[in-house]
Amino acid sequence: MSGALNLLIGLAMGFSLVALASSRLPSVIRAAALQGMVLGSLPLLLEEQFQWLVVVVAGGTIVIKGFVIPSLLRRALRAANIDREVEPLLGFVPSLLLGAAAIIGAAALGSALPLLPEHSKTLLVPGAFATVVSGFILLIARAKAISQVCGYLILENGIYIFGLLLINSTPLLVEAGILLDLTVAVFVIGIIVDRIQREFDTLDTRKLTSLRE
Amino acid sequence: MRDLLLILIPLLAAGAAFAWPDERTRPRLLPVAGALHAGLTLWLLASPPQLAAGAWFGFDPVARAVLPMVSLLFLICALYGVAYLRIRTERRNRVFVTALLAALGLLSLALQAQNLGLLWVAAEAVTLVTVPLLHFNRTARAFEASWKYLLVGGTGIALSLLGTFCLGYASLLGHGRGDLTCLALVAQARNASLSHPWLVTAWVLLLAGYGTKMGLAPMHTWKPDAYGEAPGMVGALLAGGTTTMAFTAILRVKQVVDAAGPDEVVMTQRTLLAFGLFSMLVAALFLLGATDFKRMLAYSSVEHMGILAVGAALGGAGLAAALFHVWTNGLTKGALFLSAGNLRRAAGAQRAEAVAGMAWRAPASAGIFIAGILAVTACPPFGPFFSELKIVLAAFQNHHDFAAAAFLGCLLFAFFGLTRLLFAIVDGRPRAAARATGQRLREIPGVIIPPLLFLAGSLWLGLATPAWLRDAWSAAATFLTPTP
Repeated sequence: MSGALNLLIGLAMGFSLVALASSRLPSVIRAAALQGMVLGSLPLLLEEQFQWLVVVVAGGTIVIKGFVIPSLLRRALRAANIDREVEPLLGFVPSLLLGAAAIIGAAALGSALPLLPEHSKTLLVPGAFATVVSGFILLIARAKAISQVCGYLILENGIYIFGLLLINSTPLLVEAGILLDLTVAVFVIGIIVDRIQREFDTLDTRKLTSLRE
Repeated sequence: MRDLLLILIPLLAAGAAFAWPDERTRPRLLPVAGALHAGLTLWLLASPPQLAAGAWFGFDPVARAVLPMVSLLFLICALYGVAYLRIRTERRNRVFVTALLAALGLLSLALQAQNLGLLWVAAEAVTLVTVPLLHFNRTARAFEASWKYLLVGGTGIALSLLGTFCLGYASLLGHGRGDLTCLALVAQARNASLSHPWLVTAWVLLLAGYGTKMGLAPMHTWKPDAYGEAPGMVGALLAGGTTTMAFTAILRVKQVVDAAGPDEVVMTQRTLLAFGLFSMLVAALFLLGATDFKRMLAYSSVEHMGILAVGAALGGAGLAAALFHVWTNGLTKGALFLSAGNLRRAAGAQRAEAVAGMAWRAPASAGIFIAGILAVTACPPFGPFFSELKIVLAAFQNHHDFAAAAFLGCLLFAFFGLTRLLFAIVDGRPRAAARATGQRLREIPGVIIPPLLFLAGSLWLGLATPAWLRDAWSAAATFLTPTP
C-alpha cells in the first residue's frame, strides 16, 4: 500500500519540479493539473475499505484540480494571448535548484518530526512540505499572473497532501469546506486575471507598480 | 440559538440584498441588518448563554469581548453606506451590499468559532467576500490592490490552514482524536500530550498565516494598497473588523499553545513581542515618508496591530488592555476612514502634492480627520490614550523596560509622521481640481454624522469606560490565560 502511495507522492513532487523548470505557461498549467489529479486519487489508496464518501471526495478533487481550474486558466491564457514566461524574476535553473533544495530540506524535516507508526514509512510529510515550498517559490519567482496562480495551486496541493494525514480524524465537513473554499479562491483569482488583462493588455504583474512608496 | 442568529441574520440579509430588484432602496438593508445584529449582540451581552461542551461555535468570553465592537462598527458604517451609495449612483451596488452583509455574517462566525477548522473556513470566506468590496471603484489601481490582497492574503490563509493541520496532527500523536475544538486542545495540551515539535510548527505557521491577515510587518504589504484604494467605509470595516478577526484567531491559538507549559508561554510571548515591536517600527518609518493620506491610515493600522501584538505578548493585564485597544482602535479608525473618504471625494486626489486647503473645501470632514488623527496618536482624552497607557504600564510591571521604551519611541515617530501629512492636506490654498468637484459633492449630514458617532464612541471609551466592558475584557483575558 505505502509503496504505491509513495510512488504517487514522488510523481507529484516531480510535477512541481517540472512546473519550476518550464518556461511555457501551458506546460506549467499542465504540470499543476496532473499533480492535482495524482493527488486526488490518493485518498482511494489510503482507505482500507471501500467507502462511497471517499470516492466522491476523490472524484470531486480530480475533476476540480485536474479539469475545472486548468480550463479556467487556459481560457485566461487565450484571452491574454501569451504563452511564455519571458524574464522571470528568478531564472529557471536557480528556481529548479531551489526546488531540489526544498525537497532535501523537507526530507530532513520529515525525519526530524515525530510521526504516527502508520505514517512513518510514507512520504506524506516530506511530500507536503516540499510541494508547499515549490509552490511558494513559483509564486514569488515569476512575473506573469498565470504562473503565480499555478504557484498558488501547487502550494494548495501541498496542503492537501498534509490534510491526508488527518483524513480519518477530521470530520468530512471541514474537508468539504476546504475544497469549496480553495475552488472559489482560484475562481476569483481567475476572474481577476481576466480583469487585469482587460486593464493592462498583458498579464505582467511587474506592471502593477503604480501603488508604491 | 441566539449565537446562530447572529450569523444567520446578516447572511439572510445578504441573500435578500442579492435578490432585491431596486438599486435605490437596496442600501437600506444595511442599517436594518446592522441594527438587528447590534440589538441581538446587546441581548447576548446582557444575558450570556451557557456554552455547550464541544460546541463548534458560541458566544464565549472572547466573542463577548470583541464581537460587540464589530457589530457597532458595522452599524455606523451601514448608516454611512446609505448616504455614500446615494452619492455614488453611477456604480451598481448589488454585489457591494451583498458582500458587505455576508462579511458581517462570516465575521460573526469567525469571532464565535470554537473549532479551529471552522475558524479557518470563516476566515477564508471573509477574505473572499471582501475582494468585491475592494474593487468597487473598478479603476486600474483598485484591480491592482485586489490582486495583491488576494495573492498575499490567500497565501497567508493557506499557511494558517497548514498550521491548523499541524495542530490536528499534534493531537493525533498524543493519542487524541484530532479534535480541533479549542477547549479539547487546551485540555490535551495541559496533559502534556500534544507533540511538542508539531505544536511549535503549528504556532509558527499559524502566527505567520493569521499575522498576514492581521497585517503584522513584514507581512503587511497588501495593507497600504487595499486601504488606499478601497472606499472609506470598506477601509473602516477591514481595519476594525477583519484585523480583529485575525487577532482573535491568534489569541485562540496562543491559548492552546500556552496551555502546554511554561516553555511554550515564553515562546509565544517572545515571538509576539518581536513581531509587535517590528510592526510598530516599520509603520513609524513608513509614516515619516508617507505622501498619500489614505495609505497613511494603512500604516497607522500596521502600527496598531503591532500594539495589539505587544499587549497580547504581555499577557494578563496587558492582554485585557489589548482587548480594550481593539475597541478604541476600531472606533477611532472608523472616524478616520469615513472622514478620509469624504476628503478624498472633495479633493479628487489623495496624494499630498495634489491635496491642500481641505479646511476650506470640506471643513466638517477636515475637523473630524484632525480630531481622529489626534485620537489615534494617543492624545487624551480619546480612548487610544488610555488603552495604550495600560499596555505600557503592563510592560513596566512585567519588567519589559526595553520593550516599553521602544514602544513609546515608535509612538512618537508615528505622531510626527501622521501630523506632518495631516497639516499638509488641511492647510494651504485649495487646488483647482478640488474647486471643480467641491461644488458637486457637498458635505451632507449622512456622511458627517457617522464619523462623528465614531469619535463620540472613542471619547466615551476613554472618559467613561463602562464597567461591563472592562469586566468582559478581563474575563476574556482570564479565559485565555492558562491556569496551572
